[in-house]
Amino acid sequence: MSEYIIKNGTVYDPKTSVKGEAKDICIKDGKIVDKVSSKAKSIDAKGKTVMAGAVEVHAHVAGPKVNEGRNYRPEDKLFSYKPTGKNTRMSGGFSIPTTFKTGYEYAKMGYTTVMEAAMPPLYARHVHEEIKDTPIVDEAAFPVFGNNWFVFEYLKNNEMDNVMAYISWLLRTTKGYAIKIVNPGGSEAWGWGENCNTIHDPVPYFDITPAEIMKGLLTANEKLGLPHSIHVHTNNLGNPGNYETTLDTFKLSQGIKPTNKFGREQVLHHTHVQFHSYGGDSWANFESKAKDVMDYVNANKNMTIDLGCVTLDETTTMTADGPFEHHLTTLNHLKWANVDVELETSSGIVPYVYDPNIKVCAIQWAIGLELALYAKDPMRTFVTTDHPNAGPFTRYPRIFKWLMSDKSRQDMLKGFKNSDKVIAATTLASLDREISLYELAQMTRAGPAKSLGLGHMFGGLDKGMDADVVIYDFDEAKNKDPEQIEKAFSAAEYVFKSGTLVVDHGEIVNNGNKRTLWVDAKVPENTQVERDVQMKFLKYYSVNLNNYEVSDHYVPNPYVIEVDSN
Amino acid sequence: MSEITINLISGRTIQQGVSMEGGKEKDKYRLACGIIEIDESDFKRLGVMKNTNVKVTSDFGSVVVKAIPATQGPHPGVAFIPMGPWANKVTSTETYSTGMPTFKGVPITIEPAPTEKVMSSVDLVRSYCFGDN
Amino acid sequence: MSKTITDVICPFCGTLCDDLIVTTDDDGKKILSVDNACAIGAEKFLHSSDHAHRVTRPRKMQEDGSYKEISYDEAIEHTAQILVKAKKPLMYGWSSTSCEAQSVGHEIAELCGAIVDNTAAVCHGTTLIAVQNVGIPSCTLGEVKNRADRVVFWGCNPAHAHPRHMSRYSIFPRGYFTGKGHKQRKIIVVDPRPTDTSSLADVHLQVEQGYDYELLQALRAAVRGEPLMGDVIAGVPKEKVYEAADMLKSGRFGVIFFGMGVTQSLGKDHNIDAAICLTKDLNDYTKFSIIAMRGHYNVTGSGQVLGWQFGFPYSVDLSRGFARYNPGETGSIEVLKRQEADAVFVLGSDPGAHFPMRCVKEIARLPSVAIDPHITPTTEICDVHVPVAFVGVEVGGNCYRMDNVPIESRKVVEPPEGMMTDQEFLSAVLKRVEELKAN
Repeated sequence: MSEYIIKNGTVYDPKTSVKGEAKDICIKDGKIVDKVSSKAKSIDAKGKTVMAGAVEVHAHVAGPKVNEGRNYRPEDKLFSYKPTGKNTRMSGGFSIPTTFKTGYEYAKMGYTTVMEAAMPPLYARHVHEEIKDTPIVDEAAFPVFGNNWFVFEYLKNNEMDNVMAYISWLLRTTKGYAIKIVNPGGSEAWGWGENCNTIHDPVPYFDITPAEIMKGLLTANEKLGLPHSIHVHTNNLGNPGNYETTLDTFKLSQGIKPTNKFGREQVLHHTHVQFHSYGGDSWANFESKAKDVMDYVNANKNMTIDLGCVTLDETTTMTADGPFEHHLTTLNHLKWANVDVELETSSGIVPYVYDPNIKVCAIQWAIGLELALYAKDPMRTFVTTDHPNAGPFTRYPRIFKWLMSDKSRQDMLKGFKNSDKVIAATTLASLDREISLYELAQMTRAGPAKSLGLGHMFGGLDKGMDADVVIYDFDEAKNKDPEQIEKAFSAAEYVFKSGTLVVDHGEIVNNGNKRTLWVDAKVPENTQVERDVQMKFLKYYSVNLNNYEVSDHYVPNPYVIEVDSN
Repeated sequence: MSEITINLISGRTIQQGVSMEGGKEKDKYRLACGIIEIDESDFKRLGVMKNTNVKVTSDFGSVVVKAIPATQGPHPGVAFIPMGPWANKVTSTETYSTGMPTFKGVPITIEPAPTEKVMSSVDLVRSYCFGDN
Repeated sequence: MSKTITDVICPFCGTLCDDLIVTTDDDGKKILSVDNACAIGAEKFLHSSDHAHRVTRPRKMQEDGSYKEISYDEAIEHTAQILVKAKKPLMYGWSSTSCEAQSVGHEIAELCGAIVDNTAAVCHGTTLIAVQNVGIPSCTLGEVKNRADRVVFWGCNPAHAHPRHMSRYSIFPRGYFTGKGHKQRKIIVVDPRPTDTSSLADVHLQVEQGYDYELLQALRAAVRGEPLMGDVIAGVPKEKVYEAADMLKSGRFGVIFFGMGVTQSLGKDHNIDAAICLTKDLNDYTKFSIIAMRGHYNVTGSGQVLGWQFGFPYSVDLSRGFARYNPGETGSIEVLKRQEADAVFVLGSDPGAHFPMRCVKEIARLPSVAIDPHITPTTEICDVHVPVAFVGVEVGGNCYRMDNVPIESRKVVEPPEGMMTDQEFLSAVLKRVEELKAN
């Protein structure tokens, strides 16, 4: 297999603590190695930035609600459709790209691993069909557990062994990676048009609270020793004053130590925290509580977060927080799609225009950045836009620019129509911290990989790790123009995935051989859960149990992570 | 009393489904779909015996089918031909820019045609496509 | 001796029942019986098994209109040639095959700059347009089973078109919160005819055919407590409209199922628009969802695969090298009427039987190929007919139910000796198209 040597690049690799030093990176047989033979192809990376491939920790890129979004927004394809290329299928979609475009655009930015944030188990086969059609990037999907009837009943009855057996079974059946929790309890309440707005509101009929659901699943996750922690989108998303619900949620994890063999150090990952950091009690006095939120995150090392930065675009919101989406359509009156999924979850889709002229949108934009700028530990704070909810992932380079350049942020703040109000409701104007490239590597590579329990494989350039390597035409020491940050990170010069050159000067030159990661957690045989599953399928599901499991051929190149949870 | 105008809709029936799966070239399909279901009151207006053949004409074409009593009636003023090539000889091709033909709600005339035959689906389609129409 | 296969998926309609039990002979070649299927599903399985009457090799139409057997290789060559030579081939159908096969077909379409369209064109296409205007609050069929106490069938007749729908999902099942089954559900049927479905209803609103839009908007007004004008609305007495509105609002979980009665009649997508908006309005008072009664067993799947690969659910025009979508313009019916296509490829559907005749004539006029296990009006007017194995019977593959739930269909018997599957045929055509394009 091919050997490469990337010579003299300025390497930023938190895994090996290389902070912008000139270093050669060697690739052989798909892995990073110490040295290569003279036959290795040489790439001159002098004056250029070299990092590991980036890891997307949370995006909605594959599955039923993503596709409903595509099909119900033909307008999202206008003006930007690209024709078939030498190695590429035709590709389109701005906020909800087609699967081909998703793979190409991530790869071009140097992202090589992507986590699909929410997989409704009944629709798992659909998620995997789309993952299969997403080229280049390795992917995994998180099944949702927070509104699942089995989970409710087992946790209500304090049957930890049973919930662990069910989690293990569901991960295997859906070929899933981690325990995702979205609006716990609330999306089941939405089955009756209701919601759970605090973590102590009981779920109608099932009489369990979101706090109990999250705590129970957190406990199960640690007992199972899964590679990732629970991945949570808590209740009350999007509402002024919700930061209190957020802190209540964070505190569920306080003091709990992680248990796993994957190097993971957090027991709770909270996603798109921007949407959960709101103060005030109405849109009139809506304000940022990013500092309060980050005070907790900074003081509690057993937590990680991702930002959910607003990019100020027209985009499409889509989430398993069904009641929130209904609420959103009552605010902006744009077309609303909803699917409630039997026994499992709910989801909604509403287009959204984050208009910089609107005070609230501009404050949201500021909050996402404040969270990052307050973060003491970039290894625990990851860049996302909750794609496509707060903006398309193709805007990540723009977010990098804002994080790394105080001037670019101040220019934005001054340019807002309601500049004074925005500045008054946030603290961004007074934050002059500029994230360094090394910190950016922590926030987009090493940090997310470690939180996912994949720190031995992705997000770093240590010997033996996957050769996911990216070269950007960017020189941190010399650069004076923030726009260059966005430009360079939008189009990597070279991208290697598993040691294969996939992007060369913006062109896709190879589609690689992407893998689907999933977790096989072995638990003791549990005949009670087997029977419960059979009974619920017989009585309540609309498909037969034997037709539920995702067969192996939907996951043609699996990478199975085994966990012995016995 | 020999020609009436009426509103035509087309759609599914169990027999249409079963006979379709059994083979559209077969007689069972012709018997299931080469029919028009007419309400009692419209039979009276038309003045033909039940289960005799009639000629159905719209702005878009004409077809000979067997007139049978409505099975999902009463529905005076509405006639029903199961979906298929007989119905589609007279279905409206107008989509009003939606791309969807008007399969339901086509003004038609029905007149007796007791000596004409109901063609098989294949003959019907082939004669229209390859004949001198 | 015989073999019994359980959990079989029925490849007929959008209900996509997955509880069929098929008994075959010991060799796995002949189907002896089918349990749990409706009459139509049973016929599909049993008829497929009659190999003596199956077309097992491709056939080509001769000068005199008769058909002569040709080899699969010749059929592949013919298909590849007509697609490559055409500037704007129409590749239509897709609804009666697997997602795996659809995906290969799309590769061919992209190479040849084709229009890819599925049977939504003559079925729920107007629904897809309406959803693009107003969205759609919906749920899975299991939610209906477990929660629904108000069920509306608007412009559809499941007793005839989706025969097991009512017993599996919508009227009779005893679900988690619906232990009393039929007894705790109120059923409203809206149809210009008192159908077999309406005989099961608590209320039948015999709407005047073609006036559903008016009735839908009147219901929306009534739901909001606004007074209605006139004594009779769309053929329905005003009091019955108010009663229906109250019945809907008084439930705790309602669902509207709708079909061709509103998608194909005048008003078209505006009818569906109004029905979806009614559903959305009802969510201000209680919980309501709406589900389209999709016809073919995998038309939904075709829309899904087209969606994630190209971004649009049907009527996708690739002829300019990138995907465009504008149903009145890029849809099969109008394209055939305007004579804009210069070749026709049909797979997994029967436009010869289900398109208006004027469009069928155009298909007959053009270089054409029909891929179908059956003899149909389409195969009898196309230049070449290629028989393939039945998906869901002789080869498996993924399908999507009317509520978008993906269910993988199974193979229960062997196809006739030497017969290709859709996916195999398409893969061979793709390979040949790539060769021709490279030269």
